[in-house]
Amino acid sequence: MTIALRRPSVLPGFHLGLGTTLLYLALIVLIPLSAAFLKTFTLSLDQFVTIVTAPRVVASLKLSFGASLIAALINAIFGLLLAWVLTRYAFPGKRIIDALIDLPFALPTAVAGIALTAVYAPNGWIGEPLARLGIKVAFTPLGILVALVFIGLPFVVRTIQPVLEEMESELEEAARSLGARPLQIFVRVILPTIVPALVTGFTLAFARAVGEYGSVVFIAGNMPMVSEITPLLIISKLEQYDYAGATAIAVVMLVASFVLLLAINVLQGWMRRRNAQERKV
Amino acid sequence: MSAVLEELKELRPSGEGTTTAASKQVDVVARPAHRAAGKREGTWVPIVLIVVALAYVAVALLLPLAAVFVEAFRKGVAHYFTSIVDPDALAAIRLTFLAAGIAVPLNLVFGVAAAWTIAKFDFKGKALLITLIDLPFAVSPVVAGLIYVLIFGLQGWLGPWLGDHDFKVIFAVPGIVLATVFVTFPFIARELIPLMQAQGRDEEEAAVVLGANGWHTLWRVTLPNVKWGLLYGVILCNARAMGEFGAVSVVSGHIRGVTNTLPLQVEILYNEYNFAAAFACASLLAFLALVTLVIKTVVEHRFLKAER
Repeated sequence: MTIALRRPSVLPGFHLGLGTTLLYLALIVLIPLSAAFLKTFTLSLDQFVTIVTAPRVVASLKLSFGASLIAALINAIFGLLLAWVLTRYAFPGKRIIDALIDLPFALPTAVAGIALTAVYAPNGWIGEPLARLGIKVAFTPLGILVALVFIGLPFVVRTIQPVLEEMESELEEAARSLGARPLQIFVRVILPTIVPALVTGFTLAFARAVGEYGSVVFIAGNMPMVSEITPLLIISKLEQYDYAGATAIAVVMLVASFVLLLAINVLQGWMRRRNAQERKV
Repeated sequence: MSAVLEELKELRPSGEGTTTAASKQVDVVARPAHRAAGKREGTWVPIVLIVVALAYVAVALLLPLAAVFVEAFRKGVAHYFTSIVDPDALAAIRLTFLAAGIAVPLNLVFGVAAAWTIAKFDFKGKALLITLIDLPFAVSPVVAGLIYVLIFGLQGWLGPWLGDHDFKVIFAVPGIVLATVFVTFPFIARELIPLMQAQGRDEEEAAVVLGANGWHTLWRVTLPNVKWGLLYGVILCNARAMGEFGAVSVVSGHIRGVTNTLPLQVEILYNEYNFAAAFACASLLAFLALVTLVIKTVVEHRFLKAER
């Protein structure tokens, strides 16, 4: 049976390796995740729809997905800029900046949350000048955006950077020698090459932002209908022992994450094919 | 790409030969043209871009990092150290190390097993398996915590049985360990899989043909080849394990001195308006993040060297 499923190899350990992998995957990930879906089946369809379309839930979903979308767009722009500057120019402190890009990966989200709150609170370093202009950031939806922009940055930079590094400079030089202006070169030669990476980075940042909790709860203010993100709503349902309600919302988020994961896989396949094609050219 | 080349050819004065001739031509003219373009463009474009990028990094990344340490020492050095040696804080540090100390080795063993299976063999369903391994990255930490509550919680599948045997998972240490294992699940595997795929199978096959057994081959051939990638994965896995907040928060129950990890301790202190102590504990985690970044940079450097 298994022999039919795999190509023969002299190497040992296929069954042990696959067995360990599948067992661990099932115990830690697959069985617990299926629990969420099975739990929702204890609800009738009507009940499920009533829970997920409650105004407070819809408001939180709109906020979570909307803020994540805007944050991912901001990250796409500044991530591209940072990746570009880090691969193309030499300047003092470049290696430190390059290492710092991963700070949002390495810094625990709760720490990021309270730090951003301290900076953007009405008495904070940035919050105070903004407050004088009449702009409130912390404890408003704008604060959520700030947190999501913070955690998403490395996804875009780290996806674009290798593509820019491996890009053949001949095309650019050819374009330049033929009289193309720098902006023309960027838009017509460079941008088409990095679009797959840019879209992948954007989707990764978006997927991360949708589920983010730790960095957001401190700065959000958490007002129902205004600044309450979906993960927080799940927690507050749990704290009221409304397990079915919490799970129904969680299933909506799970389905969204599966769709995003699928999209990321398709995009990465696209990226690989694009790169392979380029090498042939 | 060929479309661009096509366009470029159109831009050229007519009467040029094949693409190879064109690219030869480019090689000759590229350098002087580059300099001329530099002059035309002026040096201000790179400078503006660099300044904007640096300003962005300073405001978006450095400012929050600095805020952690400034706030931590706001009430003085003495208060800082009192906050850190507080018994609840120390208990939180111990629990954080315990959770990471279990989660990282488990995911390490899994990562090596998964990478060996996926990189060294061809079998059906491989792409699906890789996607499933990535799954925990796509799941919100809060949902990760919730699924364990659904299984091990009082109303969960195993809740009544666990209750009868007086064994607590949720609102206890085992739940915290499980949640940590889940969120750090893919880290090491996804570092190792592409690396081992790129290295191919020739060396392992040679070792086996020459009579080495599987464990020997793994220990003497495969692992030395991927050691930097392995270390890289372990560092990232550890940073996430020690810093995880959302998933752990759902299963912890927030019992001081018992089920609080360091990030949860930060939250509790912060919500009690004990800001200086919260930031003092947070500064330990920020320090861990900085150490992680330094080791990561060093490992990447070694990695590039080893590849050359």
